[in-house]
Amino acid sequence: MHKFRLGLAHLYTFLFLIYLLAPLAVMSGAAFNDSKLPSIVPWKGFTWHWFQALWADDRMLVAFGNTLVVAAAVAALAVIVGTAAAILINSISGRLRTVLYGMMISTILIPGVVIGISTLLMWTKLGGLIFGSGEKMFPFIPGLHLSVLGQVSYIAAMVMLLVLARLQSFDAGLEEAALDLGASHAQVMRRILLPHLYPAIGAGAAVAFFQSIENFNVTQFTRGGKDTLTVYVFSKVRSGITPTINALAFLLICITLVLAVWYEIARRRRARIEAAREAEAREAEARETEAMAEITGAA
Amino acid sequence: MLRRYGSGLTLLICLLVAFWLLMLVIVPNITLFEQSFRPYLPVTEIGGPRDVYSLDNFLKVFNGDTQITLFGRSFAIPVHVLTFALTILYSILVTLICFALAYPLAYYMAKIVNPKTLPTLLLLLFIPLWVSEVLRAFAWWIILALKGPLNSLLLFTGVIDKPVRWIVDYNGVVIGLVYTYVLFMLFPIYNAVQSLDTNQIEAAEDLGAPWWKIHLKIVMPHAKPGIASGAVMVFMLSAGSLLVPSILGSTTSQWFTQTIDQWFKDALDWNTASAYALLLLILCTVFVSLAMWLFKVKLSDIAK
Repeated sequence: MHKFRLGLAHLYTFLFLIYLLAPLAVMSGAAFNDSKLPSIVPWKGFTWHWFQALWADDRMLVAFGNTLVVAAAVAALAVIVGTAAAILINSISGRLRTVLYGMMISTILIPGVVIGISTLLMWTKLGGLIFGSGEKMFPFIPGLHLSVLGQVSYIAAMVMLLVLARLQSFDAGLEEAALDLGASHAQVMRRILLPHLYPAIGAGAAVAFFQSIENFNVTQFTRGGKDTLTVYVFSKVRSGITPTINALAFLLICITLVLAVWYEIARRRRARIEAAREAEAREAEARETEAMAEITGAA
Repeated sequence: MLRRYGSGLTLLICLLVAFWLLMLVIVPNITLFEQSFRPYLPVTEIGGPRDVYSLDNFLKVFNGDTQITLFGRSFAIPVHVLTFALTILYSILVTLICFALAYPLAYYMAKIVNPKTLPTLLLLLFIPLWVSEVLRAFAWWIILALKGPLNSLLLFTGVIDKPVRWIVDYNGVVIGLVYTYVLFMLFPIYNAVQSLDTNQIEAAEDLGAPWWKIHLKIVMPHAKPGIASGAVMVFMLSAGSLLVPSILGSTTSQWFTQTIDQWFKDALDWNTASAYALLLLILCTVFVSLAMWLFKVKLSDIAK
């Protein structure tokens, strides 16, 4: 490739990274500015005040707790449903597979607004059918449980895709062998299929968890007065903005960075170990050929 | 399936999938569909003589005209139709900008960068994805403010001599949506370009093809499924976004999801909100199918 264009490509990537990361830096910086409005200019001095204000914000803490509970519930449900769906898709074929698969994938593309309103409508209507127009009870009232169900409806598809990809590398012969040797179906599932799927299930749970924390549209329509962190931050941004939001953002970005660095270190260590192992194998091979040569030479 | 997993497990798996597709997807959408044809009535009148199916909720999009000027001519156009048209138009714009930004980087990541630095680059790209959407939009709200860092920087370097109001019309919305969704364009294109045999590019170079022709005739056709899937993702996410238009919108910008939200939250008219949500879903689906038909891409290519 032309040298000039290569340089241009490097420069572009560098600028793109700045474009992606600078807003996060600006937002974090504003958390330490002693100014009533969140900004980094004009700089009015360093302060920890906004972190104290954040800690004193009870509603925010409740919202944070709610977010974690919802995310955990979504992750659990989406993993169960998504894994079942992947196994089903993997073991059927033909037209039925195409239809089911298409239906599952399309849930990712449905706008969150539609998912939110439709979920809320169905459950409240269902409550109406069961209890008449009288007092409605859980789970037929708006609330975070409906947010969980609404979110699962599309996050399960993401888990399904991850697990399905992992299933492609599964050797069905192992199942057969276990069955022939007298294992029950439940045993085969627990001891053979699921352990093979664990990496994908773990990744799916992580994706589901973070997707749930991010979710706004579905939650906004189904939450029924309860807050999650995203909804709360949104209402703060729209009403009275103070840099406490920036303090919160700074903490979240820090958590992300710590996780990212930790992941990167683990990855590099793995790569190093692998490289060392490869070098060792090469050495052993060299020694072997040497020994072979000696033996043949001696003979 | 039955032989492989036994009757108990098969039943359980089928039940779980049925719960997902029926209770979480199909029945809610049928309810939405049914509800959207009913009038908004006080509780006591529901099921009464006035509770009949009609298209009234859908026809509300045609209420209330507004004047727009296009090509020097003035038209009267219903407000909500205009909102919808602008939502689609600006979503297309966002998709195009995202493509222009993401394609060079995707190519760089797939074919140029040293494979050893790629994981680190990917990690850096992933960081904004982990920070929630509302905070990313908020970050741009800070940057674009009249007395914000962007204006200060530009004033300081002398590019402009008085502060620019950035959040006017749909500018803020487009900037925010591009920033939020550009990575959804990047990764599918990267995956697609990666599977292209580098020898093909080298062969074309050896045969004297200019760089732009290599991209136009070799890389882009090969990456078409990736480009299509990225474009569909970005378009649907943009058109369906409520956060970014609410935070970065100006007084003159209105997104169709905001209209739905107003019917739902302010007017408390769930039925009309349903009708509008259904319109959004149907028209976006039609639009995406049309675009896919035009570019000869199949849904099965996208789901890869």
